[in-house]
Amino acid sequence: MSVLQELLEQGVFVVTAEVGPPKGVDRESIVKKCAQIRGFVDAVNITDNQTAIVRLSSFASCLIVREAGLEPVMQLTCRDRNRIALQSDFLGACALGIENFLCLTGDHQSLGNHPEARSVFDIDSVQLLGIFRKIRDEGVFANGEKVKGEVRAFLGAGENPFADPLEFRVFRLAKKVEAGAQFIQTQAVFDLELFSRWMEEIRRLKLHEKVHILAGIIPLKSLQALRYMKNEVPGMVIPAWVEERMQNARDPKEEGVRIAVETIAALRAIEGVRGVHIMAVAWESIVPEIVRASGLFPRPGQGGGEGV
Amino acid sequence: MIVGERKPLREILESLSPYREVLVLGCGACVTVCLAGGEKEAREVAALLRLKGFAAEAASVERQCEREFLVPLREKIPAFQAVLSLACGVGVQTLSEVFPGIPVLPGLNTSFMGAPLAQGVWEERCIGCGECIVHRFGGICPVARCAKNLLNGPCGGSKNGRCEVRPDRDCAWQLIYDRMKALGRLEELFVIQPPKNWGPSRFGAQRKIVREDVRR
Repeated sequence: MSVLQELLEQGVFVVTAEVGPPKGVDRESIVKKCAQIRGFVDAVNITDNQTAIVRLSSFASCLIVREAGLEPVMQLTCRDRNRIALQSDFLGACALGIENFLCLTGDHQSLGNHPEARSVFDIDSVQLLGIFRKIRDEGVFANGEKVKGEVRAFLGAGENPFADPLEFRVFRLAKKVEAGAQFIQTQAVFDLELFSRWMEEIRRLKLHEKVHILAGIIPLKSLQALRYMKNEVPGMVIPAWVEERMQNARDPKEEGVRIAVETIAALRAIEGVRGVHIMAVAWESIVPEIVRASGLFPRPGQGGGEGV
Repeated sequence: MIVGERKPLREILESLSPYREVLVLGCGACVTVCLAGGEKEAREVAALLRLKGFAAEAASVERQCEREFLVPLREKIPAFQAVLSLACGVGVQTLSEVFPGIPVLPGLNTSFMGAPLAQGVWEERCIGCGECIVHRFGGICPVARCAKNLLNGPCGGSKNGRCEVRPDRDCAWQLIYDRMKALGRLEELFVIQPPKNWGPSRFGAQRKIVREDVRR
């Protein structure tokens, strides 16, 4: 069983982070990012050509992360691979001991750096979860043929509580849970009110008893970074008060950290939120400070004491 | 209908540069309706070509995609060095098959199967996936209209009813949600749609239908 799964099942409030692979072969950049956050997180997500920009593969990066002493969460998207390639990579990763998988549909290629590429989208994230669950639990491929050997995997999915149609989001999550999702990592939370309402619906359907929900956190580095996300990143909702605080801050970086820490505190108080997923893209070095200030350090099994 | 768009004149002139006597051939079917390659457009293009020094003539047939409508051109075609076809890709190919001895150049880009929304506006509705499931989505096809052809609900980028990929397009899933809600059939969207069989789609192989009941 993966550490992430074990901690979640023990009821520990978990911390995961995100590491984006380099646009090249510089493995040291991954090792360096890992060194910055080791001991402060329970697992690290490795993105799969996020925003449809070509990078070192998620699969290879996961192995580098593991060598660097951290537990990887391998992200897989349906944009670039069909059901044949996705199942094959899943088996390969399982055979090499990767145990956490985040199943995503993927950002559209026309928003990335190879907009002329042809997309795949043979299946969607819900179907991908279902296929992986069947391989693990029933020992059969998508076509029903038998899989040799025992597969161990902890399956997750993403969800954006802030995208439209709002009322449908919870039901989409329910579909992911039914398909096989055991954990969920959400889009970055800034609008706590909207998120709380989403969680209320989750509790009403008792989904929080079936799936571990990790709320997304993005520490804001600057007002420009905020405006970029607000205007350019689809599905991101940032309320005006956050923008005002960043605008009036003497030290925007400090303010960004403060907002992240306050958000984490508020999220911990929401029933059904089982951890946080910190996406400090290109600012991984800030993760330890946020984890410490949130009272989530030390992490269990990593230097003694419970981070609960 | 099949919706097409005339190629830029520059591109047409470039492809016709080795020739002087050119027949511009319109088609009376879909591309006439979408104002891209009918008789009127053929006459316009021929006039433009004459201004550029070509000996261009315009003609049109009822449907370029059917051999029997092309056969009457047998007498006419040999007088030209090339044909600029304003039909869709199907018409261009049928023409090439019937007259293999003459270069046939496409004057249109075949865009999609779609419908007119307003005068001068057309939008895609069908990708011809070969296995229609549109009834499961309130009559709105996510395979053709969602940029990621999602079958299990909207992606995380749907905002204010718009698609994250092209904000001037509707989010198909917002439309599906609204329609199913209005029909009181929302629960049907909570059912997991299994992976689609793409075998009958163009990803299978070139498609062909043989109907013994009507075959001669």
